[in-house]
Amino acid sequence: MAQLKVLVVDDEPGIRSGVSRILRTFHVTYPFMDEDYTFEVLEAATGEEGIEIIDREMPDILLLDNKLPGIQGVEVLEYVRKKSYDIVVAMITSYASLDVAVKAHSDGAIDFIPKPFTPQELKASIEQITKQQYLRRITQKLRVEGKKVRFQFLSVLSHELKAPLNAIEGYLRMMQERQLGDSLQEYASAIDRSLQRIEGMRNLIMDLLDFTKVNFERQLEKMQEIDLREMASLAVVTVSPYAIQKDIHFVTDITGCGKIWADPNDFEIIFNNLISNAVKYNKQGGTVTISVGCDDIEFNLSVADTGIGMNPDECGMLFEAFSRIKNDKTRNISGSGLGLSIVKKVVELYHGVINVESVPDKGSVFRVTIPKIQVTNIKAEL
Amino acid sequence: MNSKKYTVLVADDDPDYLFQVAYHLRKCGYEVMAVESQAEAEHVFSKMRPDIAVFDLMMESDDSGFILCYKLKRLYPGVPVILATAVARETGVTFGISSEQERDWIRADLYLEKGVRPEQLDQAIKQLLKI
Repeated sequence: MAQLKVLVVDDEPGIRSGVSRILRTFHVTYPFMDEDYTFEVLEAATGEEGIEIIDREMPDILLLDNKLPGIQGVEVLEYVRKKSYDIVVAMITSYASLDVAVKAHSDGAIDFIPKPFTPQELKASIEQITKQQYLRRITQKLRVEGKKVRFQFLSVLSHELKAPLNAIEGYLRMMQERQLGDSLQEYASAIDRSLQRIEGMRNLIMDLLDFTKVNFERQLEKMQEIDLREMASLAVVTVSPYAIQKDIHFVTDITGCGKIWADPNDFEIIFNNLISNAVKYNKQGGTVTISVGCDDIEFNLSVADTGIGMNPDECGMLFEAFSRIKNDKTRNISGSGLGLSIVKKVVELYHGVINVESVPDKGSVFRVTIPKIQVTNIKAEL
Repeated sequence: MNSKKYTVLVADDDPDYLFQVAYHLRKCGYEVMAVESQAEAEHVFSKMRPDIAVFDLMMESDDSGFILCYKLKRLYPGVPVILATAVARETGVTFGISSEQERDWIRADLYLEKGVRPEQLDQAIKQLLKI
């Protein structure tokens, strides 16, 4: 149970005590919030008093009347914005003129609560505001974590990019110095290996581009309704040239509403990586089963293959960046070691989980579960 | 090089790099045992004593090279070890074996940047073997 501080700035004592009374017993839950939110209400009768309380108490939510005896509500709003305080502001006002509304909105007020309001109306607004505040804070946290991850990532990256360069350079020098003789035939395997290393490097660069798309900042405006059926079949089409070579058979099973609100880039990353892995690490003539299910609460994706599988140790390290499983079976499969770490980050951005079950030589099943964000809430937040 | 053939144990999980190093060292007249993992390297030196070893730092784990150094030196304190890695200065991982303290825990005799020319590696091996 977490508590948010709400400051009401209004010169009418009735409004202030009304808000206190209504919010005292109110709490907000949200499917993917870790805990419920309750509210502590602080009161100020003037803008000046409000600013004093803001500086001292740092409220999370500010309910602000515009028409105040001294300084106006909009000026309090300006003060909050100048100080870059992390406070969500809603204006409560009986006669919001258009220019006050525009000014307030451009200064970051996110909601207008018309006076007089019923307890229901206040609760609905507070609920929206709480969710908005929650999303904002999560985003900020992710941004800080993102920076740390990026640093570690870059240090390993320079290693991973240099290794193929070293290998290719080595082969070229052998050719330059005619170390294996004068016939081009002698260099066939050196050339093959160089080309394979180049392909690996190209994959790494493609994955890096994906990685930069996952910028750890969910942008609400990019959220849209995604048709999961379409997403799955696009991913299958993308991987089909390779699947045909390996004679892989696809089974798809999509149940439920089949729609989810998300950034399509993110879901493309999840689908493409899991499905192309299922082909890459499959056996000749194998099967890939893609199941998508979703209800009002969560979205489930599972991608199962009939491939080489992994032992429990290998499963454990699978989602770390650059952790490629190295053994005889994977020797000739090129991969950057980034794909699944990216998938995991994306899934976690949506507060979801990914796990894997695998049996060596039988195959692996990857399962993703993501709590569903209610369409109406997202629309309200946009 | 004198008439005795020296045995070099080379461990590197990059198959191409391993192939190239092994190729060059053989050309320089060494007997080469080339392995692709920490586990294989441990297996090899549990069975025989190489004259010198060249280990990659990052294999199964980030510090495979260090572990191999430690284990090899415990078995054969006299066998020189070269640690080769592409983890370079720009990553912020700086370590060397110039100070007494570093020598104490990094039990390598020489630390080489990957991508060194084969002649340099040969040179380094000759110095450590005092030949």
